[in-house]
Amino acid sequence: MNQIYSRGPSLPLRLFLAVVCSAGLMFLDRYTDSSTQLRSYLTAAASPLFYVASLPQALFSGASEQFMSQQTVLDENARLKETLLQQSGQLQLLRFLQQENEKLRALLGSSAAIEDKSLVAEVLAVYSHPFSHQVVLNKGSNDGVTEFQPVIDDQGVVGQVVSVGPSSSRALLISDNTHALAVRAERTGVRAIVEGLGQWDLLRVMHLPHSTDIREGDRLLTSGLDGRFPEGYPVAKVVRISQDASQPFMVVYAEPYARLDRIRHVLLLSGRSEAMAEAAEILPPEQP
Amino acid sequence: MRKPQRLGFIYLSLFVALLLTVMPMPQIVKLARPDWALLVLMYWTLALPQRVSVITAFFTGFIVDVLVGTVLGVNALAFSVVIFVVAQHHLKIRNFAVVQQALLLGLLLALYQLMLFWLSHFLTGVYFRPQYLWPVLTGMLVWPWLFWLLRRYRRQLKIQ
Repeated sequence: MNQIYSRGPSLPLRLFLAVVCSAGLMFLDRYTDSSTQLRSYLTAAASPLFYVASLPQALFSGASEQFMSQQTVLDENARLKETLLQQSGQLQLLRFLQQENEKLRALLGSSAAIEDKSLVAEVLAVYSHPFSHQVVLNKGSNDGVTEFQPVIDDQGVVGQVVSVGPSSSRALLISDNTHALAVRAERTGVRAIVEGLGQWDLLRVMHLPHSTDIREGDRLLTSGLDGRFPEGYPVAKVVRISQDASQPFMVVYAEPYARLDRIRHVLLLSGRSEAMAEAAEILPPEQP
Repeated sequence: MRKPQRLGFIYLSLFVALLLTVMPMPQIVKLARPDWALLVLMYWTLALPQRVSVITAFFTGFIVDVLVGTVLGVNALAFSVVIFVVAQHHLKIRNFAVVQQALLLGLLLALYQLMLFWLSHFLTGVYFRPQYLWPVLTGMLVWPWLFWLLRRYRRQLKIQ
């Protein structure tokens, strides 16, 4: 028994070393700011592993596309053309509305809505650990991704970028336990904060007094007041309200629009964060 | 003391385990994904405790932290503690039948999950849900097959 460990420190000593090191790491990561930089380096170093790990899936989906029958492809093509037509029709109207909106804003003397640029990224890995809802994206600082950039998909808000490597980045999802964002109910304009619970299909709406006008089915949109997310993107739909007078606030749950557990392609919004922060300061408080 | 031989293959198997840890999968499968890296570490600690033990576990755990995005050090600590227990008792555990081993290691896997939860609870305030314990069960089911496979791997390549 002894001669097995004749080289190097004894087993308990090694454990002690490991415990001290991990405690130091935890402290460093949780309670100091230097970890963001460290995380970026580590994300960069680990990104090849994510590429390799997602290879089988990429191969599989590539193969299934190869063997799709021609009819299926034609059907899909027809369907996509139809959606494209519909959407470009709506887009024409949108352009007109945008112009009109700008004119009205100019008349009111408020700051103009900011143009948004966006970047499409593919999800390399969705890590499903219940304690950390994050995705790894295949775009990094080389493609112009920056920290705290909002991430959306075709349905709604997905999350925000938390660490950036040269060719990949990591986004925190809105369902993560440590994530919260400012929202506004579409119907009434009530402002609230939506927090993740560590569950894919449920978020909690925080700190709403019992008298608040909110109903099941209300759409919650980003309010832009947090300075991170631009205004007006759909976040979640209220699904459950329980009014318990013994609780200081209403307990309201909402279901995210974005299907967080099966995202493949996302959109990174950019070029707004500074302007957003300014707007958040200038804008007068909304009427609740 | 025998000279270390072909240690690279140990790290290769750990690398594959790490790949399996981050491989994209459907949601339902993912929730029950066994803790591959920990299982492979357990095997090597039982087979070659003089080569793989707490320090290797610490570094593997650290890599898992980086890949998974938990607070750095959480997995490293949990891995080190679990592998410490395995290394301390490797002579006893080796003598058990594979099924008994699976039961015993299941306890350790549960310990790992709970440590992970406690630490995360302190650091980020997560809530406990019983689904978090699925990997314990799948880990126990996977152990006999993994044991068989890795033993063949070790003997075929004469890793010492």
